[in-house]
Amino acid sequence: MNIKTIGIIGAGKVGIVLAQLALKAGYQVFIAGSASADKIALTVSVLAPGAIALTSKEVAERSDVIILAIPLGKYQQLPKDELDGKLVIDAMNYWWEIDGDRPDLTNPGVSSSEVVQQYLSQSRVVKAFNHIGYHDLHDESRPEGASNRKAIAIAGDSAEDIREVTQIVNNLGFDPVFIGKLSEGIKLQPGGQVFGAHVDAPQLRQMIKNFAIIK
Amino acid sequence: MTDKEIAKIKFGLDSFGDIPVDENGKLFTHAEAIRQVIKEAVLADKLGIDVIALGEHHRPDFSISSPETVLAAIAGQTKNIKLASGVTVLSSDDPVRVFERFSTLDAVSNGRAQVILGRGSFTESFPLFGYELTDYETLFAEKIELFTQLLKEKPVTWQGTKRAPLDNADVYPKTESGHLDTLVGVGGSPQSMVRAAHYGLPVVLAIIGGSPERFVPYIDLYKRAAKEFGTEAHPVGMHSPGFIADSDKEARDIAWPAHKKNFDRIGKTRGWSPITRDHFINEVENGSLYIGSVETVAQKIAKAIKALGVQRFDLVYGGGPMPASARLKMVQLYGEKVIPRVRELLAEKSE
Ligand SMILES: NC(=O)c1ccc[n+]([C@@H]2O[C@H](COP(=O)([O-])OP(=O)(O)OC[C@H]3O[C@@H](n4cnc5c(N)ncnc54)[C@H](OP(=O)(O)O)[C@@H]3O)[C@@H](O)[C@H]2O)c1
Repeated sequence: MNIKTIGIIGAGKVGIVLAQLALKAGYQVFIAGSASADKIALTVSVLAPGAIALTSKEVAERSDVIILAIPLGKYQQLPKDELDGKLVIDAMNYWWEIDGDRPDLTNPGVSSSEVVQQYLSQSRVVKAFNHIGYHDLHDESRPEGASNRKAIAIAGDSAEDIREVTQIVNNLGFDPVFIGKLSEGIKLQPGGQVFGAHVDAPQLRQMIKNFAIIK
Repeated sequence: MTDKEIAKIKFGLDSFGDIPVDENGKLFTHAEAIRQVIKEAVLADKLGIDVIALGEHHRPDFSISSPETVLAAIAGQTKNIKLASGVTVLSSDDPVRVFERFSTLDAVSNGRAQVILGRGSFTESFPLFGYELTDYETLFAEKIELFTQLLKEKPVTWQGTKRAPLDNADVYPKTESGHLDTLVGVGGSPQSMVRAAHYGLPVVLAIIGGSPERFVPYIDLYKRAAKEFGTEAHPVGMHSPGFIADSDKEARDIAWPAHKKNFDRIGKTRGWSPITRDHFINEVENGSLYIGSVETVAQKIAKAIKALGVQRFDLVYGGGPMPASARLKMVQLYGEKVIPRVRELLAEKSE
């Protein structure tokens, strides 16, 4: 598939930066906040001019791939039906200060992206863009081959989907590093060494190899 | 910049009441840490620094949970310095009480009180005061709405879902100026900029990591939103962390271990990995840590002020367990040398 449109659900700190990077990379960008499109229209027109503000349902319907950038605790508000059959990139993290106590999201044996995949049972979920802070995402985006380019880890189950996401990560300005199945995405979550890391690809690979929860 | 523009720029110092260490490396008690801040604020006033802003926290690593009480003590020992909170966590507070406390501070200080409302970056206050984290959004939205009504200093009739309604309630003391100086502290959330513009309140940007330049469009957003809402777009301020010593090396050597302790302690609860020296140096050199000699820090501040067109710069100082004497010296260097040097740099013609 030749991905031309990227949808972003969540028009906050991360959603806006991802929109900026995707526009720069030449994608058509659709973006949604929690409410109607007009609530974020001004924000989008100033911060990510060229992106089109829609509702999350419309974003899901009209995009080739959809990045999830809302608080993880709200994943059940995602437009499940409209996301049916779509490739979905999960950039969300469990953040207790926002999400509160959520045993469903903090099972140590299950990656949070698997929980999202279970909910979006008819979508294809790949984890990416979650482990790097939004300002590093903004500041560290570099063209392919640039020195000191930073890496972004990708976890997912289908080779075809991984290929697509690899391309997107690369186009958005980062070296893609495939780390394994969606279940392995747990290595990218808060608490792990990779979380918060903005390092190059060899360093990221090393971290994944040495994966150990820092507690 | 013209002299007139430069004269308008305000410089502040911000503290959360971090716990300093004495010359033997022993941590101050919370009470001592609070008295240290008072001492620093008194010195700042003597040096002509414009603002001291104290942030509210409810955690062992920060001593200030009640900024206005500390500010009232500072008021009694100072003449000119603005006494600000930075921030007052409005979501878990009562807007009426916040108004009362700060209008009282305003009385005590002859009109020097300033409230900076915010959501805060910590959430300990929620369980402490009986609020639900899941109500975060609603709490802030409702309370800031009520607070802006209280600012009119007329009887308020108001109804929301998270607080008892008010029926023609008048709140005292009134300020002498008729306006309690109020701002909103915001992070990188676009919606916060739009909301501040909606209420016609000025903003202070908390830029605690990454390049300050990336906030240029956010300031534009604030102005455009104000225009759309027909409110006033006020001058924008910023705050960022830093530390000043005689040389770059000395500043880094003192700040690094304290910064690391601070960062890693917070990181542990949030799940990010310990900070590396490389990351720290990168923030110092390219990001938002204003750490170094007088010249280094002044250059960096001047650059940020120019890039963003802000009219206020607050240095968040003393992060982590830092020697108390180094903190006091930093205040001295900031007031005596850095601020005048920044003004000088701003006056230079940019080619
Ligand atoms: N901050 C970072 O550095 C960072 C880095 C990587 C990943 N992440 C992850 O990315 C996600 C977003 O974080 P953030 O920092 O960008 O948060 P944020 O600034 O609070 O933004 C969240 C956005 O999600 C929207 N939203 C909430 N519920 C929604 C729904 N049901 N449908 C559509 N939109 C909805 C919000 O819209 P309203 O304003 O209308 O409520 C807001 O635009 C989180 O899961 C976070 O863990 C964050």
